[in-house]
Amino acid sequence: MSAHGHSDDGTDFAHPMPLPVLFGVFIALVILTIITVAQASLDLGSYDIAVVMGIATIKACLVAGIFMHLIYDKPFNIIVFLSSFVFVGLFVIFTLSDSKMTSPSFEPKVDEPAATAGM
Amino acid sequence: MRFRLILRPHSEPGGFGRPANWFTFHFDTYMRGRPNSGGSSANGFRHMATIDSLSSESETHDEHGHDHDHPAWLAHHFDTPEQQFDSGKLGIWLFLVTEVLFFSGMFCAYAMFRMLRPEVFEGCSQFLNTKLGAINTGVLLFSSLTMAWAVRCAQTEEYKKLVVMIASTLSCAMVFLGVKSIEYSHKWGMGLLPPGSYFYDEANPHPTMQQIVDQHGFSESTAYFLTHSLYYLCAPFALLLVGVFIWLVYSKVTDKQFQYACAKPLLVVCLSFFGGVGLGMVLESGGEHSEHAVAHVDGEHAGEHGDAHAEDHAHEHGDEAGDETHAEADHADAVVASAEGNDVAIELLAESDLNTGAKAMLEAKQAQADMATGQIVPPGVEADLGIHKVERDVQTKRQAGVFFGIYYCMTGVHAIHILAGIGVLVWLLVRAIRHDFNRQYFGPVDYVGLYWHLVDLIWIYLFPLLYLIR
Repeated sequence: MSAHGHSDDGTDFAHPMPLPVLFGVFIALVILTIITVAQASLDLGSYDIAVVMGIATIKACLVAGIFMHLIYDKPFNIIVFLSSFVFVGLFVIFTLSDSKMTSPSFEPKVDEPAATAGM
Repeated sequence: MRFRLILRPHSEPGGFGRPANWFTFHFDTYMRGRPNSGGSSANGFRHMATIDSLSSESETHDEHGHDHDHPAWLAHHFDTPEQQFDSGKLGIWLFLVTEVLFFSGMFCAYAMFRMLRPEVFEGCSQFLNTKLGAINTGVLLFSSLTMAWAVRCAQTEEYKKLVVMIASTLSCAMVFLGVKSIEYSHKWGMGLLPPGSYFYDEANPHPTMQQIVDQHGFSESTAYFLTHSLYYLCAPFALLLVGVFIWLVYSKVTDKQFQYACAKPLLVVCLSFFGGVGLGMVLESGGEHSEHAVAHVDGEHAGEHGDAHAEDHAHEHGDEAGDETHAEADHADAVVASAEGNDVAIELLAESDLNTGAKAMLEAKQAQADMATGQIVPPGVEADLGIHKVERDVQTKRQAGVFFGIYYCMTGVHAIHILAGIGVLVWLLVRAIRHDFNRQYFGPVDYVGLYWHLVDLIWIYLFPLLYLIR
């Protein structure tokens, strides 16, 4: 297969990631995982979920940017991928606000007795 | 007979790093015997009839109308390897977009239920072993590293390393599944199941098969499955292992070099599933004690109605009848509890799976009520002990069941994605052994890599959201 020469179009479009970068990102990800696990034993109150999601988002950005090669990718691909999160945001926000407003009317706060609830 | 049309939009790209045709939309029509039809629909595009850019070879081959004017890995409807790579890459990104949207439905369900019942998530999350989750996170992160490395190896044409990297990624995927099957089988045996089949009982967290049949109304075969689920989960992988081993021996004996080269890494991959099972077992047994201690404390906090605890409660109060200062708060609550009367007690009786437990609780409540005679409760005092605590118990069929329903749905669909990833990675492994990839054609490795990283990305969110709730 590789007998075919690769100078046909004159450009080499491959962009191999340097190994130190890959290792660095991996180590950063592991450290961030350790931080996430460690902070779970601290009581941060209502900031808890924000901290957890913040760390997860940093990790996600590292994976997407370096491992998925997104920061060197074509802007159109970046737009396509990031636009999905815009729609995820819309979807989640609308569904959550709807459920927050309507669910007390159909979601009982306390379980009914098991005998009437059935199996 | 060949006519090639490339339609490009007027705005040529530029200033985005490399001069790639990132926004170029290729309609690459390839027509045999129907020249000049179809071009008229492309108003607003500049028509460019081009010859094949691999011209030196293409010209010679047009006369026999065959596809050999390009290397085998370059599909004939693409002009250049780069065009082929970019088209494929856009395609895989679009696929990943659908994956993100697909998973967002489950994340949304999670967010809704957690918003409505934060206490259920706190209570139920104690049953998930953080150690196993953290190990699996590490394993997936490492597999992401090896996958990214594999892409690099494909681009730099390091064939040996490419095979090693793909095999490592596959092994990590198998370790992940092995640990996962320990987690699942452990929970199934405890009855931590979706609503409808949830039967976890704090008084007896590890019921025997007979108890599952007698107390929880499951059929014998279901009970057998629940108590022996690890064997069922391991069985397909054991069969796979045996199959690959036979293949390895067969290809060695018949001297089929290529098949032998494929079977060797695959055997390691299959073995690593059982490595994962072993790792999970070690961590699960290590984590057993702490996990249950937490669950127990949580149960007490939430007002346990297990028989032993209720009886303790009754004795304790009986013995300390004289100690009024200590028991003042309890007495006040007991009055409230008795004022609510038998209705609540009957509810409790009905709610409990073990009748003896509910009876003991009734006795305990009676003892409390007796002791409390003569005590005055000022109106408006919020009494929070006694029967009212039952409300806070989250280990009920319906509530905890929904948490585990979400848990199995999210992690299960994620595991299915891992399985799909294993499938395509095996395909890549075979092609890598065949030396299919080169620095102009590494697309498949890159695309599978992107998919694999997305699976990792989803786990990055799943892990803290499910395992790390306090």
